[in-house]
Amino acid sequence: MNGGLPLLTLAIWTPILAGLVVLATGSDRNAATARWLALAGAILGFVVTLPLASGFDVTARAMQFVELKDWIERYHIRYHLGIDGISLLLILLNSFTTILVVIAGWKVIDSRVAQYLAAFLVMSGLMNGVFAAMDAMLFYVFFEATLIPMFLVIGVWGGPNRVYAAVKFFLYTLLGSLLMLVALIYLYHAAGGSFSIAAFHELPLAMTAQVLIFLAFLVAFAVKVPMWPVHTWLPDAHVEAPTGGSVVLAAIALKLGGYGFIRFSLPIVPDASHALSGLMIGLSLIAVVYIGLVALVQTDMKKLIAYSSISHMGFVTLGLFLFDRLGVEGAVIQMISHGFVSGALFLCVGVLYDRLHSRQIADYGGVVNRMPVFAAFFMLFAMANAGLPGTSGFVGEFMVIMAAVKANFWIAFAAATTLIFGAAYTLWMYKRVVFGAVANPHVGELQDIEAREWLFLALLAIAVLAMGLYPAPFNAVLETPVGDLLAHVAKTKIPGN
Amino acid sequence: MTLAPADYLAAWPEILLLTMVCVILIADLFLRDDQRSTTFGLTVATLIACAAVVVVSARPEVSHALNGMFVDDPLADTLKIMVFIAVAAMLIYSRGYVAARGMYRGEFFTLVLFATLGMMVMISANHLLSLYLGLELLSLSLYALVALQRDSKDNTEAAMKYFVLGALASGMLLYGMSMIYGATGQLEIPRIAQVIADGKANGTILVFGLVFLVAGIGFKLGAVPFHMWVPDVYQGAPTAVALLISSAPKLAAFAFVMRLLVEALGAASLLTEWRQMLILLAVASMAVGNITAIAQTNLKRMLAYSTISHMGFLLLGVLAGDQNGYGAAMFYVAVYTLTSLGAFGMIMLLAREGFEADRLEDFKGLNRRSPWYAFVMLLLMFSMAGVPPTVGFYAKLSVLQAVVNAGQIWLAVVAVIFSLVGAFYYLRVVRLMYFDDPVDTTPIRADAGARVLLSINGLAALVIGIVPGWLMTLCQRAIQTSL
Repeated sequence: MNGGLPLLTLAIWTPILAGLVVLATGSDRNAATARWLALAGAILGFVVTLPLASGFDVTARAMQFVELKDWIERYHIRYHLGIDGISLLLILLNSFTTILVVIAGWKVIDSRVAQYLAAFLVMSGLMNGVFAAMDAMLFYVFFEATLIPMFLVIGVWGGPNRVYAAVKFFLYTLLGSLLMLVALIYLYHAAGGSFSIAAFHELPLAMTAQVLIFLAFLVAFAVKVPMWPVHTWLPDAHVEAPTGGSVVLAAIALKLGGYGFIRFSLPIVPDASHALSGLMIGLSLIAVVYIGLVALVQTDMKKLIAYSSISHMGFVTLGLFLFDRLGVEGAVIQMISHGFVSGALFLCVGVLYDRLHSRQIADYGGVVNRMPVFAAFFMLFAMANAGLPGTSGFVGEFMVIMAAVKANFWIAFAAATTLIFGAAYTLWMYKRVVFGAVANPHVGELQDIEAREWLFLALLAIAVLAMGLYPAPFNAVLETPVGDLLAHVAKTKIPGN
Repeated sequence: MTLAPADYLAAWPEILLLTMVCVILIADLFLRDDQRSTTFGLTVATLIACAAVVVVSARPEVSHALNGMFVDDPLADTLKIMVFIAVAAMLIYSRGYVAARGMYRGEFFTLVLFATLGMMVMISANHLLSLYLGLELLSLSLYALVALQRDSKDNTEAAMKYFVLGALASGMLLYGMSMIYGATGQLEIPRIAQVIADGKANGTILVFGLVFLVAGIGFKLGAVPFHMWVPDVYQGAPTAVALLISSAPKLAAFAFVMRLLVEALGAASLLTEWRQMLILLAVASMAVGNITAIAQTNLKRMLAYSTISHMGFLLLGVLAGDQNGYGAAMFYVAVYTLTSLGAFGMIMLLAREGFEADRLEDFKGLNRRSPWYAFVMLLLMFSMAGVPPTVGFYAKLSVLQAVVNAGQIWLAVVAVIFSLVGAFYYLRVVRLMYFDDPVDTTPIRADAGARVLLSINGLAALVIGIVPGWLMTLCQRAIQTSL
């Protein structure tokens, strides 16, 4: 089916090697070469993932494109790759986003260009590794390794408070993943010396152990998602990161958390997941409602989008812990959609920031007078963020709310408030930035978007509309893995039952 | 006492090294100052030759020699090769550094070789006396090395502290050993174990002796609460010597722990005793080491506290109390040595005449001065912090899985939480190198050997991280066939 090529290995290592090549161009004298090489690498990285999509069998129940080699025999750690529909979508999203990030940083980044672009390419490869890993230790290595380039991206090219944000980002995420490491080691011994995720899925575990493992995973993934109350690193990181960093953080890095819940928490400790679903739903609703309100009062555009991200990711965790097909599928679709929409919004803010060097809403006003094309794109993405039917933002949220209605009316009610708050904070921001009179002489000098910006915004606009108008392919890809996941989670793993 | 040819054969590397030290000692007298590179070359060649001898004569079984004073087993062979590599690397890193400080003399090289000999004797000791002899040979050489710059107040002070506390620790060890002798009537390690296994030893005296031994070991490793000398000595000693102290002797100390605690006193009843003591030492070391390191502004001092915390982690592997744990601890100490060499090597790379480059701020903006060496240091720091894909992560992973396997999950949780604290100060170095602008813009001048080796060292932290299996297997096999 895949012609014998190790497609997943290519998907992981092509961007990483491209990153090393870019890095080798060295100083900023060769910045132009570095940019073109990076673009070529990013496109190549995307192209090698396309056969994954074309060769993917939506009805197959097993993992596909499996590769298996011994890696560290001493601990039976294996280089074991494979994907299902969920991984496939995330890998495609990731490789696609990398191209946008390279284009978005084209002119804006002018110091240490090669290092900047290399960091994103390497990160892209590592993220693909996370989504393709079938061995828990391989997963962990990729999961952690992504921190290093992200840390540097925020810290080197970020805003004024970048050092604080970078360190906070790193330590927060490290805290979570270290506890997960202990849980994985425990599972390794419990499984008789294997780090295979599939073996973990079948492993019987007593309730106490399940709860403790669930909590360890929860810390790791909740920090990544991020869930309330461990979300505070995100606004800082987003605000300080360069545009490309914010895009990757929002579009990809946050998905690691949701993906972790799907791949680890739910199937490995299903009983604990059921037992603690109330807690998870509660935390998710707090994220949806409370963080939605917090977003309303932000005066900084990036911060507003960051909080809106947290609120939207609340839908992901909510959907997952409703244990309903609609909910889980909705959660995954919401992850993908959020990748497009939040990425697009950060890029829009980036477009404005590159011109005026301000992220404050108050510094803008009347942008539409000078940048009509940009305003149209921005409008589309704002609407998608608010969950307007016909855009990708609507599909996931709608599915999750449907699932919530089945579970409990009040959960659905609380979740549905997002349709109001989401619309309120997004559109209010949009109104203040884009409409009105030209509030500020600098706004009067704005130039509309150039071809480069037009390109990445148009690509995203197509993605957002396509997904919103015709989500069927996504549902088709997700149907089998989500069905299997739910069937697996429904069975207890407590020994003796 | 008669010696058979087999005795000489087993101690071949030691005999060769001793002969060469004497040759170098005498040859150096006839060399002018500008011919010193001959001494340097001879010294490095000696280390390589010894390593070659060990490799050639390595046998996969345990053999005793010299009337039971000496043991030659895969554990000893593996550790000795690591020691040779570490010492040779230290010499190459520090060549320019010592030359700029008037220490590029014959004494430096002979003392380093004597210290190496001491480590070899410790590693191969099968008898409490040879163990002690090796330790003292190592320690005395190190005291002298710290004080090698006679006129430096800092160095002399550090040497004084090191000597006084080191002597105290030696006293404790000796006292503990005498208790063990009193309880078992034996000095030979396998016989001690035999007497204890036969139940003929007095348990009270044995445990009493054990306490002193553990305290002595704590001193030598620099584990809390016996760590006070470590920061002062690291900071006060010339960087080249601090590098030596922080690297190869830890390998010897690991052998020391294996020989004493595991081979001699590894009986189940005693294991539970020393395990509890080691738990205290390990947790306290990780806590004090990691938390205090945050407050340091001097990189050498910071690395000293980092060493303390690493020794705590090492002890975790030991206290797991099975071969899995010892193998993990051995892998950990090998990885620690590799990264520690690199980190001190970086300090010497940036140092020049009259400038030590040992403050954290001296690393500011290194990425602008030299992206390559900033990257090397980045790899070393992330390795120390235990972030994958660097090799430090696998070292932590090995130890943690051993601890969990031994049923001490809470210890694993404590260990990872202190690793998190540790990550903070390693990150600070990265932060200074990458996020800040340089204060010092002098071009980096170091000899080609040091540059190349340092690059290899840094890349090794990454490459061994990507393929760590062989080193893990090597360590595990050494432990399995020897203990």
